[in-house]
Amino acid sequence: MKNNSLVSISDYSKEEILAILDSAADFEANPNRKTLDGKVIATLFFEPSTRTRLSFETAVVRLGGSIIGFSDAATSSSSKGETLNDTILMVSCYADAIVMRHPLEGAARFASEVAPVPIINAGDGSNQHPSQTLLDLYSILKTQGTLENLTICLVGDLKYGRTVHSLIMAMSHFHPTFKFIAPDELKMPDEYKVFCDKNNIAYTEVNELTDNFNDSDILYMTRVQKERFQDLMEYERVKNVYTLKNDMLANSKPNLRILHPLPRVTEIDPDVDSNEKAYYFRQAQNGLYVRQAIVSKVLNQK
Amino acid sequence: MEKELKVAALRNGTVIDHIPADKLYKVVSILHLDTCEHQITIGNNLDSAKVGKKGIIKISDRAFEEDETNKIALIAPNAKINIIRDYLVVEKRPLTLPAEIKEIVQCANPNCITNNQPVTTRFHVQLHDGEIMLKCHYCEREVQRDKVKIK
Repeated sequence: MKNNSLVSISDYSKEEILAILDSAADFEANPNRKTLDGKVIATLFFEPSTRTRLSFETAVVRLGGSIIGFSDAATSSSSKGETLNDTILMVSCYADAIVMRHPLEGAARFASEVAPVPIINAGDGSNQHPSQTLLDLYSILKTQGTLENLTICLVGDLKYGRTVHSLIMAMSHFHPTFKFIAPDELKMPDEYKVFCDKNNIAYTEVNELTDNFNDSDILYMTRVQKERFQDLMEYERVKNVYTLKNDMLANSKPNLRILHPLPRVTEIDPDVDSNEKAYYFRQAQNGLYVRQAIVSKVLNQK
Repeated sequence: MEKELKVAALRNGTVIDHIPADKLYKVVSILHLDTCEHQITIGNNLDSAKVGKKGIIKISDRAFEEDETNKIALIAPNAKINIIRDYLVVEKRPLTLPAEIKEIVQCANPNCITNNQPVTTRFHVQLHDGEIMLKCHYCEREVQRDKVKIK
């Protein structure tokens, strides 16, 4: 890597991941500082993602930095046919770092090769979204007190869900045991099972949710999307089977916490929200501290 | 008894032999021979004990860098490269697949940046369980060697 860019979770070693989580804990204790005073950060959202953009922008503003950018490609010069190369070079003249979301896979890697300033990937198509992975790790660490030797149950769309794929990669440093719960249509791709085998990571596969997670420490839920199904009757069946309800948690471990990258639709019943094991909204809040740590790291600021 | 040559012997240059017949024109394209100004003799669908029907290319007075000929390894790993001087084979060059392949392969993922913007493709060659895979440097998708699309 020629600069400090963060494009993929695999750009970071185990030590760098742990350093980010340490730094995030620091920001949680004291989120308002002026360490980015005078810095300009560009947020280039070639496709809308309000949640991620607001989280990054809040992270920068709370550190005293300023924001330029756009929240939708329609309002940017790419709608006039400008290449990504040119947009990135132009914005690099104004900003000290660029946070970008782009609908095409590989866009952030390419940008990191042409930009003289660091790029933070806030999602490139269905490929990578490393700040989400780091905030997932931070949430796991915070709720379990450790990342080592945990049993993590991944539920829902394991085929297309980039958050679960990146989580497997990142957790591979910490001796996890995985449980994959998905309908046949959305099973974990072989590529990631081969990865687990190679790294001596134990996993089991199940295709019904029920209470198969009673031995788990983390229940990571993802959204089952209608457009993934050829057969809509099958979608209706799966949607109902893959809804987590409060009574299903009766025999789960006391330290179990439920995570979800949000937005959720029907996969977690609202009756779970009041359960102390529901952690998804605080998980989103952790995103702020983790993004403060990431922006500070790429700009070499403490 | 002297063997009859179907393609005239070469005095100086490079011979690429034992190319599977259906890969011959891909090799021509990979080496940009369509714009090469040297004398070139191309034979195809010649009988071969080894590969059934084979293709052969002879290029006069031209030497190729190893990283150029190694690109052939991607589509015709068993092709033979002979460097000729004064009608004699002075070098038999083995083909080795490079660790990184630039430009000649097109990413199979339609949503990859390289298929939508002017970006030169880059692939990392990896071995998974004895199978050669190409991983796109940009979108990180993998494709099996025999399923790659040559530009």
